Amino acid sequence: MRNLRYAFADGAVIAKRNVIKIRRVPEILVSVLISPLMFVLLFAYVFGGSIDIPGGSYREFLIGGTFALTLTFGATFTGAGLADDMQKGIIDRFRSLPMSRAAVVFGRTASDVIYNVLSLVIMAGAGLAVGWRIHNGIGDALLGFGLLLLFAYAISWIMAYIGLLVPSVEVVNNASFMVIFPLTFVANTFVPSDNLPTVLRTFAEWNPVSAVTQAARELFGNLPPGTPEPTAWSLQNPALYTLIWVGIIIAVFAPLAVRRYERSRAKS
Amino acid sequence: MTSLRTSPPREAGDTVIEATGLVKRYGDVVALDGLDLTVTEGTVVGLLGPNGAGKTTAVSILTTLIEPDAGTARVAGADVLGEAAEVRRRIGLSGQYAAVDEHLTGFENLDMIGRLYRLGRRTARARAHELLERFDLTDAADRPVNTYSGGMRRRLDLAGSLVARPPVLFLDEPTTGLDPRSRSELWSVIRDLVSRGTTLLLTTQYLEEADQLADDIVVIDHGREIAHGTADELKTMVGGERIHVALQSEDDVAEAGRVLGRFAVGELRVENRSVTAPISGGAQTLTEALRALDTEGIKLLDVGLRRPTLDDVFLSLTGRMAEQAPETDERSERVLEGVS
Repeated sequence: MRNLRYAFADGAVIAKRNVIKIRRVPEILVSVLISPLMFVLLFAYVFGGSIDIPGGSYREFLIGGTFALTLTFGATFTGAGLADDMQKGIIDRFRSLPMSRAAVVFGRTASDVIYNVLSLVIMAGAGLAVGWRIHNGIGDALLGFGLLLLFAYAISWIMAYIGLLVPSVEVVNNASFMVIFPLTFVANTFVPSDNLPTVLRTFAEWNPVSAVTQAARELFGNLPPGTPEPTAWSLQNPALYTLIWVGIIIAVFAPLAVRRYERSRAKS
Repeated sequence: MTSLRTSPPREAGDTVIEATGLVKRYGDVVALDGLDLTVTEGTVVGLLGPNGAGKTTAVSILTTLIEPDAGTARVAGADVLGEAAEVRRRIGLSGQYAAVDEHLTGFENLDMIGRLYRLGRRTARARAHELLERFDLTDAADRPVNTYSGGMRRRLDLAGSLVARPPVLFLDEPTTGLDPRSRSELWSVIRDLVSRGTTLLLTTQYLEEADQLADDIVVIDHGREIAHGTADELKTMVGGERIHVALQSEDDVAEAGRVLGRFAVGELRVENRSVTAPISGGAQTLTEALRALDTEGIKLLDVGLRRPTLDDVFLSLTGRMAEQAPETDERSERVLEGVS
């Protein structure tokens, strides 16, 4: 229990350090936030303009998928940030201090929530500008945003582990894209999973990215009228299924990442 | 609860660092090969050796950054393996590469370290200001560290290692890469610390630095102790005085070496245009040697009689100069073998 309290307290100190860096090097923030804007505009105009859904808006359908995809991609930033940290002298200082061994990873995943919030704000703003609307009231919409952020937070723990596993920022990006591309594209982000061939369809239906997308669409009221009820349990209960995944991912990857941090320099 | 301020009461002269048989291998490379080390409270021990001798590995083990493959060590009353957290609470470490965050200001760096020692918000701030003042960094306190000079970074790093007033301090090559002025500034800071009772283990490849700062010097090479004693004892070990002559022309080096060889009681050392020869008989021998050099028509730039430096110690112990990396030395040996 005391360990957990220390992890929070020391993690907060590290998170504060990361936030100061965001303030001092705003270029990083700008470069990180350009891609969400680009994704919304690209998908809205390239796909959204050319595909018609009878009685609904494909552009509105796309937004939920775009949010989920962009946040998942954005989580690589956590891995890159940690890989970068591990090459800095300050890590030697941290290691020689009687601080919580979980603090560096914990603080990093916490401060990266700021990027995710800003990214969502920008995407929502851009979405509204290109014709996306919330149809189910602000309460449900906020739940939708909350679920997306929680999901992004869980993914950032996976990326944190990858970031500590590999030696450099470039490798982090390549390694994580191998995970992220199938996860975000073999899903219902752009097309309903019903239209996919059988094997891909099963993967897509049980893919947590599909679940969080489905949940966001439901909460925003962005499913076109007459959409058939999903057959898979995961998509019938997308919010619950997403929360289960969030729990599993954090329970597995948080200890892995912390242990990896403890050992990463122990050899050199 | 353990307080940061109070270390367990000890008698003066207690052993603060005790390492026995430390071994560390990286694949085929043996970084430490059974190193023993004892440091008494309130003293400065200099760990002296060339690049790759195992100095940083030894410090990393004693500061709990890495674990040894064999051997045991206790630091400030705690076991580095079993009680690593206790050790960390009682030590300060300042490394070869300034362990500070370059995007944070000097104040923010020290404040962060104070918070991570859990000094509490107010104490951490006060301590940060106090250290910035003491290390002459107050003017730069609110500037990000990436605007600091190398010397300022080292001073900040040293300040960082002192935040919790640790009774034991490890400095791993504290002045490597610094200009002479920053180096002597840092030396005076270190002397000041030691005068306040801090126990210090210092690693260096600068023999002058060990001579200046350390009470006791442990010379290590290839991960093992090869000599141990005060600077004076080590110098006495390699014998008395030396004649040092600098020549006007490089062409005379061989001839000067031959002449001085007649007076030398040990191995000659030749560097560029100078020759150093260990002698006995002091000024009398110097006079005779100069007369002999003059007879041969050798023109001198400078001449002197001096006590052996630690460079001489290292040369006589290992057969090579301290500043040389072992690899370089092996390569030159191989070249010589090829010639003969």
